[in-house]
Amino acid sequence: MRRHRVLGVLATIVVFATAAPATAQQAPIRIGEINSFSGIGAPFTGPYRQAVEMAVDEVNAKGGVLGRKIEVIFRDDKGQPAEAQKHAQELVASEKVALISGTFLSNVGLAVSDWAKQNKVLFVAAEPLTEALTWAKGHDYVFRVRPNTYEQGRMLAEKAAKLKPTRWAAIGPNYEYGKRAWETFRDRLKELRPDVQIVGEHWPTLGKIEPSQFVTAILAQSPDALYVSLFGSDWIAFVREADKRGVFKKMFVVGILLGEPEYIDPLKLEAPEGMLVTGYPWYDIQLPAHREFVAKFMKRTDKNPVLGSLVGYVTYLSIAEAIRKAGSTDTDKLVAAFRGLTVETPIGPISFRASDGQSTMGAWVGTTKLDAKRGVGIIVNYEYIAGDRVLPSDDEVKKMRTGN
Amino acid sequence: MSPSLILIQLLSGLAHAMVLFLIASGLSLIFGVTRIVNFAHGSFYMLAAYLTYTLTATLPLGVAAFYVAVPLAAASVGLAGLGVEVVLLRRVYRAPELYQLLLTFALVLVIADGVKFFWGSENLTGPAAPGLAGSVPVAGQLFPTYDLALIALGPLVAAALWWLFYRTRWGVLIRAATQDREMVAVLGVDQARLFTSVFVLGSFLAGLGGALQVPRQALTNVMDTSIITEAFVVVVVGGMGSVPGALLAAVVIGVIDAFGVLVLPRASLVMMFVVMAVILIVRPWGLLGRPPAQPRTAGGAIVTASALRVPRPWMAAVVALLIVVPPVLPTFHVWVLVEILAFALFAASLHLLMGTGGMVSFGHAASFGLGAYGAALCVTWAKAPMLVALAAAPLAAAVCAALYGYFCVRLSSIYFAMLTLAFAQIAFAIVHQWYDVTGGDNGLLGIWPAPWLAGPLAYYYLALASCGGGIALLALVERAPFGLTLRAARDHAPRAETVGINIRLHQWLAFIVAGFFGGLAGGTFVFLKGSVFPDYLAVPMSVEPLVMVLLGGVQALAGAPVGAAVYKLLDTVATRYTDYWQLVLGAILILLVLVFPRGILGVVGDRRRA
Repeated sequence: MRRHRVLGVLATIVVFATAAPATAQQAPIRIGEINSFSGIGAPFTGPYRQAVEMAVDEVNAKGGVLGRKIEVIFRDDKGQPAEAQKHAQELVASEKVALISGTFLSNVGLAVSDWAKQNKVLFVAAEPLTEALTWAKGHDYVFRVRPNTYEQGRMLAEKAAKLKPTRWAAIGPNYEYGKRAWETFRDRLKELRPDVQIVGEHWPTLGKIEPSQFVTAILAQSPDALYVSLFGSDWIAFVREADKRGVFKKMFVVGILLGEPEYIDPLKLEAPEGMLVTGYPWYDIQLPAHREFVAKFMKRTDKNPVLGSLVGYVTYLSIAEAIRKAGSTDTDKLVAAFRGLTVETPIGPISFRASDGQSTMGAWVGTTKLDAKRGVGIIVNYEYIAGDRVLPSDDEVKKMRTGN
Repeated sequence: MSPSLILIQLLSGLAHAMVLFLIASGLSLIFGVTRIVNFAHGSFYMLAAYLTYTLTATLPLGVAAFYVAVPLAAASVGLAGLGVEVVLLRRVYRAPELYQLLLTFALVLVIADGVKFFWGSENLTGPAAPGLAGSVPVAGQLFPTYDLALIALGPLVAAALWWLFYRTRWGVLIRAATQDREMVAVLGVDQARLFTSVFVLGSFLAGLGGALQVPRQALTNVMDTSIITEAFVVVVVGGMGSVPGALLAAVVIGVIDAFGVLVLPRASLVMMFVVMAVILIVRPWGLLGRPPAQPRTAGGAIVTASALRVPRPWMAAVVALLIVVPPVLPTFHVWVLVEILAFALFAASLHLLMGTGGMVSFGHAASFGLGAYGAALCVTWAKAPMLVALAAAPLAAAVCAALYGYFCVRLSSIYFAMLTLAFAQIAFAIVHQWYDVTGGDNGLLGIWPAPWLAGPLAYYYLALASCGGGIALLALVERAPFGLTLRAARDHAPRAETVGINIRLHQWLAFIVAGFFGGLAGGTFVFLKGSVFPDYLAVPMSVEPLVMVLLGGVQALAGAPVGAAVYKLLDTVATRYTDYWQLVLGAILILLVLVFPRGILGVVGDRRRA
């Protein structure tokens, strides 16, 4: 049997793992970053990681926080919740990280959050969008940076309600994000426009869309507007088919996230024009701090930032700020510091709400258009809607969170 | 539904069907002749798509670039297939044939990281097909020209293959080998060359399918795994080794899928697997397949050597170490050991099926996942105490295994494997869609052990008791008259039947026992993680124990825990130290298969005999 040797190897690792942290007095503050660097989230996490590294380098160049440098330890969750939890265990037990951050997929975010709650470890979720993270499954140890599905759905509904279409159809991936992104939009739209009629809902399997059949089905219902919560490869395949079949000419299309460079850039000049979307117009935001962020990012990576880059940057600025405010890396003090924490970011100050840990970072709502010069789609006539304009009140949040 | 809608949807289904046919015909050919379950087929498909993308952009041929790139990419992938067959697969033809499966699994990992390295992980939008990029009016609607071209191309490829099989000597040999490859070998045909040529043609067809997808779909790093299951479904529904069957099955699946979207939009996840299950229950060898020839050698090919025994003192030493060492290990290592224990039992339960019973399951995740959900649902809805919920896990899995096992044991070989996969996928879809009860893909959270068992050491000893105890019980089952009877049925079904053994009953019971212990593993795992997700029932979760059993050595039950430990440790270490963990893990697996062609424990057996 091999187990003797295996245990030998384990024992050796033990010796090293326990010997390392005890050496320096001013050891760096370690942060565990778990994200989908392979698997279904992988196309979107690379630019996020680059911005995280940029933020940390900047903080460290200014002397770090509490006189210590910040060190980020990256782990690949492979898009699997169980794998993410294993990393959380390892990061906390062996690497002695002060807190866990990151995650992209909603179910991975929820799994890490539940582990954090059980083990009383701070978890700063960067990108997962499910509302459950901060509401139905919310708890004291979780905070989230990016505006959630509910917020973005509502932002779009407010705008869509002012437009003519009344016959709506929807298409989204057959999983929680896809459905919730539609339901929050639909419910708000119906509230504002009781005359709206839903003529069809379509749920292709995530990552495996065969678009032709869905386009036929949508056309057969003759809606005058279509709500899309597809993303990534599904969205690309859908656009290519829908464009040839005249979908974008026949109906008004609303797409959650689809103006973000993550999703619109890969389409190059095939990006559909005239869609109402949430997005990130990094090319057009005139705030000096943001222009500086873009310049630094492009110099460092030779690529333009995507929304994930901004989120990564803001996440780590927030973490550094919270540690500074707490004056310690003790979990309870960090949690207290995060409640109501205000952070200066490239897009202005944001704060983490004391009631649910959701940040007030907002989203840009605008219309897609092609930029022939850069050869990609952009958004124009956009408005930045801050999170607090659409978030439910503290009382409503309290009701949702008592479920647990 | 108006006639024009029906026509358009039919065309949509056919366009999809033609791509499926290209991929599945290659896979079917390879399996029919060489009996290799080629997981890497999807990787060849992906590789060709990326090659087409790059070739179209770099060939200085203007609008013709795409049309040159497609055959060139497919041919390059055919060449890659040649390399893989000659350099790797040929070395393990003498090993039990399932070891080739392990090798192709390792290739999947290596190719996936290769694609990530050369093309990056961002989604890419490939070029459109010049001249076919627009659409034409069909029945009052616009329909993409390119899809019409695909629908025309499919039958052309089918006709070319038909000519190859029915009008050339090579084709005669292929058909003969598909029916009875031993007879072909006896008649003096060079098997090595035949296998190589088939593998090249099969890979070429996969490549052609991938290259032709470029104008329709996005290029992603996960194209390989998202097509391979579907391709296997088409192959099995059509009948393994039957190219006309693959065409028919592709059309059936493509068209049913297309109309399913109109009629039952929420069932899109599972439609294909329900169709497969129904067809396999009615026609156990697929639509146009034939019953396999009676295997002449005892034991088919699953186990060539007699079962080997691991010496008792070794076992005792391992058990003693597992009891004594954990208190001095750091916390994280204890948690990793718990995970290994859960997977050791999971793999061991699969061993009862595939090792002792000779029934290879591609859907064993069902037992693990149903056990996990059984326990989690008890905690969430019945507020059951932890130990009660843990006890419910194996029971839930065993009851479900009894239900679908009843149908599965009526089939054999790859058809059995695919029916288990179908049921696992159906279970996956139910769990995934039933939001109110199972929480859908957000899973069930907060399934933690009772406070007195929540510490790492306490939970470790519980896991050691449940999983170690489970493995010990499985060892008893395999050595008991029941296990011996199973082996008799595996090694020579007609003789076993002649002496009055009810083979199906025994196989069914084995299926239930395997489900029971798989469920116990799932239950142990769920309290380790504190949550459960539909992923636990998904395809990768069925592949993992398969890989573990083969890696450790299929001849002995002890191979399963050895394989589980080695695989999990390699995976944990590789993921920790490199972003290219798939490449590292895949390369190590390839080395292990080449060095230990019968699993790690197989070497022990060889030495003892020598």
